[in-house]
Amino acid sequence: MILALIIIALVILGASAAAMLSRNLIHSALLLVVAWAGIAAFYLWAGAEFVAFAQALIYVGAVSMIVLFAVLLTRQGATAAPVEFDSWRRAVLGLMVAGGVMGVMFGAIMGSPLDGRIASPTPTITVKQLGLLLMGPYAPALLIVGVLLTVALLGAIVIAAVDKSEETP
Amino acid sequence: MSPLQLCLILSSLLFCVGLVGALARSNTILVLLGIELMLNAANLNFIAFWRYGPHPAAGTGVIFVLFTIAVAAAEAAVGIALVIAVHRHRKSVRLQEAASLKG
Repeated sequence: MILALIIIALVILGASAAAMLSRNLIHSALLLVVAWAGIAAFYLWAGAEFVAFAQALIYVGAVSMIVLFAVLLTRQGATAAPVEFDSWRRAVLGLMVAGGVMGVMFGAIMGSPLDGRIASPTPTITVKQLGLLLMGPYAPALLIVGVLLTVALLGAIVIAAVDKSEETP
Repeated sequence: MSPLQLCLILSSLLFCVGLVGALARSNTILVLLGIELMLNAANLNFIAFWRYGPHPAAGTGVIFVLFTIAVAAAEAAVGIALVIAVHRHRKSVRLQEAASLKG
């Protein structure tokens, strides 16, 4: 159980760190697909099957395609030019900030009395229960998310559309 | 160390990897991917607390993760559209060159 968690964690962290350090944008996007698949595996490990499949469909399927399209549409030239790090100062400052945040969170996690609870057997929540929850107490939130997605996607189309002059009636 | 603490440490490490990507890289698409990684780390926390929390039957963590994934997908779409629009105007996706509004 714990061994599986550690293996999943190594896959997620290795793939995401390699993606963030890679000098090739295509490699970054493909490594992030691996990291997102690892996160879906974590959801399966934790017993949240529906969320795992949603993660696989949305991130591994859709968001990765959007990112790959963006990488291809914003190519500078015909060759795969390496993406340089901007400066050592920025990189060192970013690492320092992230290290500080990690230290604070590590201290908080280790200092919290979290291990008093005995881990129950894996809880399961069926798709029927989830559907009843979504249609019952969380129905207003579902409607708001629908409106948000519609507005965001329309806005994305408007932002990314080409401005044409009015020669066509 | 309990499994809950392991999950929390995994998610905070993932958050820090995303933070490094968002702060240290100058390519706009990589910054966006770093932000996506940070959102995923938050989702890992929700699932971990749902799994080891006192009331797993309520399903609150799972519902919250579903909504977070929807919002993250909308954010990715709008962010990529902005990247493409900026690239069309400036022929560049470097963050430092999009500084017209800098005071």
